[in-house]
Amino acid sequence: MTIDGSWYLALAAVLFTIGAVGVLVRRNVLVMFMCIELMLNAANLTFVTFSRELNDIGGQVAVFFVLVVAAAEVVVGLGIIVAIYRHRVGATADDPHELRG
Amino acid sequence: MTPFAALAPAGLAIPHIDYTALLPELILLGGVLVLIGVSAMTPRRLPTGVYATMTVAIAAAALVASLRLWRDVQNHGAFTTVAHSVDVDGFAVYFLVLVSCILIVAAIIGSGYLRREGIAGCEYYALALISGSGAMLMASANDLIFIFLALEVLSIPLYVMAGFDRRRPTSQEAAIKYFVLGAFSSAVFVYGIALVYGATGSTNLPEIGAFLAHNVITANGVLLAGIALLIVGFSFKVAAVPFHMWTPDVYQGAPTPVTGFMAALAKAGGFAAFLRVFVATFPTLRGDWQPVIWALAALTLVGGAIVALAQRDVKRMLAYSSINHAGFVLIGLQAVTTKGVAASAYYLFAYAFMVLGSFAVVGVVGAKGDRRHDLEAYRGLAARNPVLATVFSVLLLAQAGVPFTTGFFAKFYVIAASVGAHSYALAVVAMASAAIAVFFYLRVVLLMYSTQPADPGDEATTPGPAGGGVATLVRIPVGRLVVQPSIALGLAVSVGVTVVFGVWPQPLIDFTRAATFIFH
Repeated sequence: MTIDGSWYLALAAVLFTIGAVGVLVRRNVLVMFMCIELMLNAANLTFVTFSRELNDIGGQVAVFFVLVVAAAEVVVGLGIIVAIYRHRVGATADDPHELRG
Repeated sequence: MTPFAALAPAGLAIPHIDYTALLPELILLGGVLVLIGVSAMTPRRLPTGVYATMTVAIAAAALVASLRLWRDVQNHGAFTTVAHSVDVDGFAVYFLVLVSCILIVAAIIGSGYLRREGIAGCEYYALALISGSGAMLMASANDLIFIFLALEVLSIPLYVMAGFDRRRPTSQEAAIKYFVLGAFSSAVFVYGIALVYGATGSTNLPEIGAFLAHNVITANGVLLAGIALLIVGFSFKVAAVPFHMWTPDVYQGAPTPVTGFMAALAKAGGFAAFLRVFVATFPTLRGDWQPVIWALAALTLVGGAIVALAQRDVKRMLAYSSINHAGFVLIGLQAVTTKGVAASAYYLFAYAFMVLGSFAVVGVVGAKGDRRHDLEAYRGLAARNPVLATVFSVLLLAQAGVPFTTGFFAKFYVIAASVGAHSYALAVVAMASAAIAVFFYLRVVLLMYSTQPADPGDEATTPGPAGGGVATLVRIPVGRLVVQPSIALGLAVSVGVTVVFGVWPQPLIDFTRAATFIFH
């Protein structure tokens, strides 16, 4: 049994939406960060699906680049989060609130 | 024959890489290794001036390499390398030159700030150089995946630089906000790339352009969704309304010279790729995306100018002013003409020096601790340091678009390009927003020349989150404002470029006119 490619695209779109909504509504920085990873993986799934449908290797190569970038973002992002929340109780995005106007 | 050819299995072609075409980027990245190596191998911490000097030398070498590349491109024509994923054309090399200049000025200005704040080490310079190489790659990238990688190389060091002053909670807050929203916009951008890839079968810009020129896609929902997400991703990076929410907070919280650097660099890199992708690759679909850019430009122009009026913090005010500037650059994009692209490129050049200089002055007035950014801190500045007040006035008036500065020509050319493309309404919006913007620039200028300096009691009550900050503020005499030699040098360069090319505009205009990209 083969599954039509459009199902993968739909799944990717759903994952992307869950991720985007998660970043916008969740308040824990780590959860927001995970949601961003979900969005990147939705893009990866889209790349792989299109790569298969188009019979073109380029999309699969793109996934590796996205993975590398995601890893680099994790390193820097977790570094920033740890540096900031080391002296705070919870990693909540609303806690730092001095910048407004 | 590349050195890696022997490693390739049979049948896998290794693309030809023209290393001389990538020399400016390679110089910057090699320079980063040198900086980190020197820093690791010296037993005692070197003064920040040593690293600043090295950075200036590295950026100057990149500038020389860029100018050589410019000569080659002008004499022998544009070309592509690394399997058509890097474009070496006038447009790209123009931005290589601009980024090298930004790096030189930012290193000079940054060293003064770092010395005052007592931050040692090579990290600031190394991050700036990596970020600069990302901006260069964005300008020359000819493949959407390449643009994505370059965007991240540009952005990730900037997240760290925004949080560079770890002792200050506002700097930490700026870093986390910039990081979360930057990563979010990158994810949106890469999903857009995936959709465009699915619709056109390639991530390579010339191939996408050729595909769209030869095929009419009847059901182009996926393609249009992809283009829309690309617009959202770029708009986040260049801070266009309504994707600007992070800008005021990040600009306010980041260390002041970093703010100037990221304002100049992220806009230059972001807009370079924005212009190339939309004007050179998607011109066949302009009927679909041009109205969106129109709306973005109008919102950005008006929103930036009006909200800036309400700001009491000078860094926030300049943040909204930079949003307003982004609107002007978008006008050049909206025109979708060679003239429009040249006008936007000119605007970015003029803007880079104005914004670097302006934030350098703000950093000086902010004093040790980088905290005094309220408008009141500028009252009577002319009495405390007449030269600094004059310099800031020139830079602000240039941002407002006063004649005999590059700011005037920048605004003039984008509006002329807009009129040339028959976007009369947008030109009117632009002029109205420029008129509104004059108010908040002039307010600071008038405050600086007002004859009543705030009494010392006021200075002491300037709110500082930490007790130590307030104590520092009390000790600073109102009558004296020290400008360090390196910051003075950076300011001289910024003002020099702004005024000299404002009075004698022809060289820069000719330079911009020759900076067009190849339409494949």
